Amino acid sequence: MSVTQAIPHDAATGHVTGRARYVDDIPVPAGTLHLAFGLSDIAAGRVISMELSAVRDAPGVVAVLTADDLPFANDASPSVHDEPLLSDGNIHYLGQPLFLVVADSHLNARKAARLGRIETEDQDAILTIEDAMAADSRFEEGPRVWEKGDTAEAIAAAPHRLSGQIEMGGQEHFYLEGQAALALPGEAGDMLVHSSTQHPTEIQHKVAEALGVPMHAVRVEVRRMGGGFGGKESQGSALAIACAVAARATGRPCKMRYDRDDDMVITGKRHDFRIAYKVGYNDEGRILGVDFVQYTRCGWAQDLSLPVADRAMLHADNAYHLPAARIESHRLKTNTQSATAFRGFGGPQGMLGIERVMDAIAHDLGRDPLAVRRANYYAAAQAVATGPGTGQRYGGTHSPKPAASTVQTTSYGMEVTDFILHEITGALSQSAGYDLRRAAIADWNAANPLLKKGIALTPVKFGISFTLTHLNQAGALVHVYQDGSVHLNHGGTEMGQGLFRKVSQVAADRFGLPVESIRITATDTDKVPNTSATAASSGSDLNGMAVMAACDTIRDRMADALATLYQADAAAVRFADGMVQIGAETVPFARAAKLCYENRVSLSATGFYKTPDLSWDRIKGHGRPFFYFAYGAACSEVVVDTLTGEYRILRTDILHDAGRSLNPAIDMGQIEGGFVQGAGWLTTEELVWDESGRLRTHAPSTYKIPACSDRPDVFNVALWDGENRAETIYRSKAVGEPPFMLGMSVFFALSDAIASCGRGYPALDAPATPERVLMAIRQVQNGV
Amino acid sequence: MTITFLLNGESVEVDGVGPTTTLLDWLRETRGLTGTKEGCNEGDCGACTVMVTDGERARALNACILFLPQLHGKAVRTVEGVSGPDGQLHPVQEAMVDNHGSQCGFCTPGFVVSMATAHLNRQTDHDDQLAGNLCRCTGYAPIVRAAESASAAPVPDWMHADQGFFLAQIPRGEAEGRGAEPPYAQPDSTDALAAWYADNPDATLVAGATDVGLWVTKQLRDLPKIAFLNRCEDLKQIEETAAGLRIGAMVTMDRVLDAMRPRHPAYAEMIRRYGSAQVRAAATIGGNIANGSPIGDNPPALIALGATLHLRHGDTRREMPIGDFFIDYGKQDRAPGEFVEAVTIPAQPDRLRVYKLSKRFDQDISAVCGALRITVEDGTVTDARIAFGGMAGIPKRAAAAEKALLGQSWSEDSARRAAAALDEDFTPLSDMRASANYRMETARSMILRAWHEDQGLPISVLEVAP
Repeated sequence: MSVTQAIPHDAATGHVTGRARYVDDIPVPAGTLHLAFGLSDIAAGRVISMELSAVRDAPGVVAVLTADDLPFANDASPSVHDEPLLSDGNIHYLGQPLFLVVADSHLNARKAARLGRIETEDQDAILTIEDAMAADSRFEEGPRVWEKGDTAEAIAAAPHRLSGQIEMGGQEHFYLEGQAALALPGEAGDMLVHSSTQHPTEIQHKVAEALGVPMHAVRVEVRRMGGGFGGKESQGSALAIACAVAARATGRPCKMRYDRDDDMVITGKRHDFRIAYKVGYNDEGRILGVDFVQYTRCGWAQDLSLPVADRAMLHADNAYHLPAARIESHRLKTNTQSATAFRGFGGPQGMLGIERVMDAIAHDLGRDPLAVRRANYYAAAQAVATGPGTGQRYGGTHSPKPAASTVQTTSYGMEVTDFILHEITGALSQSAGYDLRRAAIADWNAANPLLKKGIALTPVKFGISFTLTHLNQAGALVHVYQDGSVHLNHGGTEMGQGLFRKVSQVAADRFGLPVESIRITATDTDKVPNTSATAASSGSDLNGMAVMAACDTIRDRMADALATLYQADAAAVRFADGMVQIGAETVPFARAAKLCYENRVSLSATGFYKTPDLSWDRIKGHGRPFFYFAYGAACSEVVVDTLTGEYRILRTDILHDAGRSLNPAIDMGQIEGGFVQGAGWLTTEELVWDESGRLRTHAPSTYKIPACSDRPDVFNVALWDGENRAETIYRSKAVGEPPFMLGMSVFFALSDAIASCGRGYPALDAPATPERVLMAIRQVQNGV
Repeated sequence: MTITFLLNGESVEVDGVGPTTTLLDWLRETRGLTGTKEGCNEGDCGACTVMVTDGERARALNACILFLPQLHGKAVRTVEGVSGPDGQLHPVQEAMVDNHGSQCGFCTPGFVVSMATAHLNRQTDHDDQLAGNLCRCTGYAPIVRAAESASAAPVPDWMHADQGFFLAQIPRGEAEGRGAEPPYAQPDSTDALAAWYADNPDATLVAGATDVGLWVTKQLRDLPKIAFLNRCEDLKQIEETAAGLRIGAMVTMDRVLDAMRPRHPAYAEMIRRYGSAQVRAAATIGGNIANGSPIGDNPPALIALGATLHLRHGDTRREMPIGDFFIDYGKQDRAPGEFVEAVTIPAQPDRLRVYKLSKRFDQDISAVCGALRITVEDGTVTDARIAFGGMAGIPKRAAAAEKALLGQSWSEDSARRAAAALDEDFTPLSDMRASANYRMETARSMILRAWHEDQGLPISVLEVAP
């Protein structure tokens, strides 16, 4: 059985030998041209004039395009057509593309792009949350507000109250492969685009708009990305459009890749947030009512900011039942890069707000933060007997509903019926030795004047599904050839997460074949149309189901034909171990395929899937936006230097729920990697803009993602052993985003260590750079 | 001028390329060897790591900031050459597959080359060997598991093939280039360099190219006149003299680290963190001094050690206390045509403390780098040399802090007074690495930390066991 096997990534050998090809590695036809954008040097204003003769005269330059030269749509937006590919005369951020250089080499294009002499009229840039609130510069007409119960009254009536705020920075994706695209003009106006994108259909759509052709004239192919993390959900459009437009204008293939500094200056990042909170709670630390105001800088264009901000609101509860809650969300328009999707998609930010509240309540009451967290957990899901013969299914159309009395609802009205964090937390705190270590740390801290340790165990509950309901669909195309080999295609893209491997395991299992028999092929808009972005952790859930449907269609046809041929019962035809058993006969799969072909049976099928049971009103903030929740918990221990604020992660233990894992090795990889990336977001990864709106941290020399030695010294990761209650592909769970938020355990372990330095509450902001840690230590020492 | 080197076991001769053509661009664009990736184009991510062997040993280097003339006479092995001639996987490649060490795979070739180089050199300090390879997917754990599981495997035969190939076997290049490309010089001795540079004082000298490389790849500067120093073998010497340890300007930082480990372990530890294996193998001590950066990490340590800088112009030599070399931001006491020839560290008992402070421990530029050598006799401070990087436009001594200590008892009180005196010494700036306040506060902390360290207290989070 190929599913649940810990087999390597399908391209692992290609990766280690350097043979796996990325966009920039594809051999190009002679005469291929290379592109670079000329960028704005101010954050806000207007272009008075562009003197581009030096650009045109530079060595190797073939053409220079401005907005006026674009034949059709000048837009790269995935949402509301507010993102001109090249400036229409208005400048919205420092780094905005103004003109496009087409040259004979990448280097010549880059050199020429710096030779533009742009006369501009400066305007006051809106850079900060304060600037934007003062100017009422925002997306949507006003803040979005969702409320459950009477929050103000609940807080007022509570025996304890506190308020505060937390700032959290954005995050650069730092996919190792920068954005890249290659456009090859074909006959009759066709265009083939190779793009490093999570969303081939969107690239197809935007390129078609820019070329003034129907989508059928544009084909987009994606074999793999060198990392995406959300940064290639919408940000690849500009390059793909530029290549296609330049290819159309010159009749030659055009390639574009951003140099790393350009990539960081031009493209969007994770949204930074400020979350202000007021909370009322009882002696135990149980929340009675909480009020959040979330402010986020969305940057200059809308991009995906509304669903990101929605998801931040949707995760303002994390794992906690909030009897009364009010969430107000300000989506601010600023003269900075257009913030975009990034693993977690607002969820981490919303979640950090409530986790801060938990930490602050615990400090106020002098209780163990874990005890306060557990006191606030949602009620446990009712036990479900699983395994052969139990036959009950939860979450499906005909599923029995758990007893109503125990079901609690989220602040947006969704019933939480699959809550397993009581069990996960119990198991993790035991395996990590939380209580003993907490006591040992207190002793250690008493004996060490300069260095202080801290520990925290934090939970994650993450909602799975696109909140824009119609995106929850997927297609697949499967061919069985007459020699028994299988060609597999689906709408998902491979960015390292192992989607292709998992989906091939599904196909192998359906046909009873070894995975080597399944050929996984590049994502291609010619094979599966109208796909959703590979995002929201949904890749395996959606595409796995679509592939299963396609395989089963073919399998059923084969079974029918073979049953007729061998005068057996079609329902009793079995596909296993590379063989097909038909009544008393057993034939190799290849023989079965040949027989079907000779009997004129179609061995090609599409598959389609849409997630059931979703119903969501984002304006009211009510309904069931998610098919199910994924859970996990992490326990981290840190040590902090009170003289400088430097710190290290000493140990992390993780227990994470991937349902019935399709591939434990791949899921463990997502968990380990997600945790480290999440810890990076909250610790060393600091984006700094100066007062002119210039991003000062635009390369790895200044923007510090975790390095090898930054992972925890001791790093224990385990999968929670359980099935998804929802009817997902083989009862697995999505695993792309949820582990990212396990990194919060590091942030709150730092808070714990800092709190040991005095009486005050640390009120640490993120990222907790050594500088912020030292500031917090000083505050705590001063009793603030 | 022909550049000759070995590429994956085959001799190649390169003619007619610009002297600042990077190995990475040449591999990918001219040779079609696309396994080596461009991740950052500034030597920080390691996706372009290649193995370069010279007469001494094999090193991992960043191909993105390695100019072709620097390779003359060496052997280069890319990820394509890490596998065997018949496609057999190297043990580190097999281990990466078996341990699920790749996800998106883009950083993987660089990791594989770093791992294969460490495997060849039998280095098992994996965190350090891989500090210059960034991975955004895996969180590193499976990669380190792979490195550990491969470490005992024998080195495959083909990995030894590069060791017999070095300078002596290939024809000497001309001293000066000709033809359509901009001329460049590649002198083969310090004397030749001195003569050439005196005649061409407007030229750019390229030592390890970890800084000049970025002028080309990031600032897109044209360097019309350029000299590569990599063939000046006599600039690569480390000599024990009566005056101390004389380190030639072209000694790479990995060798300085080795030299400092027994003498001044705190300096060695700072060098370990100052750059990754790839950067330490390319960067030179002369380059790090001569570029005059206010945040270079060597100068504070060298100032605290009382090092002497040796400069040369033509046949004229002079020397000075190294601190005097740094006059002002961007300004050094170096005449046109004059170059750094060596630095001498006087022999002394080790009293050096070096504290490097940055957002990330490995491969990060310091917010503040403090070096302190405080000599205490019978409880009294008899000598104090304290220098900081990151606190001013130049690496600079903390005169007032030193004065506050001199003749005092070495105590928490006197350390605090010295720390307070730093206000007279420095007015640091705020930038993306740190605020002025943080710089000042942590510089003060470093003086206190030195005192605590002398009392035997644990002072480093890096030394705390889980």
